[in-house]
Amino acid sequence: MDASFFDELWMARSALASGLFCTIGVSAAAITAGSLLGLLIGVSLAEGPKPLKLACRIYVDVLRGTPVLVLVLAAFYLPAVFRLNLDALTSGILALTLFCGAHVGEIVRGALQSIPPGQIEAGRSIGLTYPKILVYVLLPQALRSILPTWINTGVELVKASTLLSVIGVGDFLLKVQEIIGRTFMSLDFYVLAGCFYLAVNFAVERLGKAVERRLAH
Amino acid sequence: MGYSINFSVVWGSFDKLLSGLSLGLGLAAAAVLMGMIIGLIGGFASVSQIKAARTIAALYVTVLRNLPILVIVLIAYFALPDLGIRLDKYTSFILSLGFYAGAYLTEVFRAGLLSVPKGVIEAGRAIGLTRLQTSVWVVAPIMLRNALPALGSTMISLFKDTSIAAVIAVPELTFQARKINTESFRVVESWSVASALYIATCFLLAAGLRQLERRFPKF
Repeated sequence: MDASFFDELWMARSALASGLFCTIGVSAAAITAGSLLGLLIGVSLAEGPKPLKLACRIYVDVLRGTPVLVLVLAAFYLPAVFRLNLDALTSGILALTLFCGAHVGEIVRGALQSIPPGQIEAGRSIGLTYPKILVYVLLPQALRSILPTWINTGVELVKASTLLSVIGVGDFLLKVQEIIGRTFMSLDFYVLAGCFYLAVNFAVERLGKAVERRLAH
Repeated sequence: MGYSINFSVVWGSFDKLLSGLSLGLGLAAAAVLMGMIIGLIGGFASVSQIKAARTIAALYVTVLRNLPILVIVLIAYFALPDLGIRLDKYTSFILSLGFYAGAYLTEVFRAGLLSVPKGVIEAGRAIGLTRLQTSVWVVAPIMLRNALPALGSTMISLFKDTSIAAVIAVPELTFQARKINTESFRVVESWSVASALYIATCFLLAAGLRQLERRFPKF
């Protein structure tokens, strides 16, 4: 690493910043939407009527059995067939959201099923409706076992967001590749990309651990 | 103009998809083998009494697990030549996935080692086995059995990660599906068949692992 690396880095600062915002924005959007979707899926898997349960099971198994790159490419190429014009960014976020929803769905199902059924009965007997039982009785307890794996999913999602560079979304990795295309400094800039993802994911992990400790008390 | 489903192009190049699938399985097998060797060393290091070994293992796990596999692959294939290390795309991919697998498997084996009851280790020592003999003949088999479910799901997710090799033009399943897609515009067919092949393989792997778990009862 020499002086010219820092020159190039300084020159590329705005491109890198926009890539950074893109990666963080895409990840945050997919985690938020995917977690909400996963919550619905998880509740349906644990308590839903048979046909809904079956539909959710197929969704979860298909999405979890397919590599994320295949999902990203399919989300990029498929919508046009159905006359939907999605840009690369939208289809990328869509793929990551569906992927996240399947994983969170399994996590939520597992957590809900680990709560003794007596609690649902107790809730019913004091006159609570199912949504109320869910919000006041089940989810607060499930949250504790959901949190560690949910944070792992978050880290996996930030990592998976690099795959959007393959379909041309201007995330951090694509910006780095563009800079390498211009400067031929592959080692320096790929290591920079590695450090960036390491820092972001390490921060997510630490933040998660802190929240977990807070909840344990 | 509506899109009409027509699988004939995809069936016509089905052999390419299958060869892509078997290449992916081969890449995954090589990476898992390498990852298991690293993982065993890392697992024992992370529960050892030597603080330096524990620190190195923890550092390795943290760094590799928090890096996207795509970035690791790109570094191995495009950046290492800057240091004078030139690897072909297959070698660099197997090494990348192998080191990545090693980090996950270190964690899997660490948990497996912690699940081995202390009394078993003491019993091994009491009948006169050395520390190394106890590790190899007593602790390792129990640990491997207890780690089997986690080992299985890690293997399946590593198999799915072989799709990343398409980015450096390794002709595995995703690469072949993308090629069919761009050559024939059979969008729905190419991606659904590729996806079905991945799902079926993951399903078979999972079923095989369940059989293995049943064969060896949990300690």
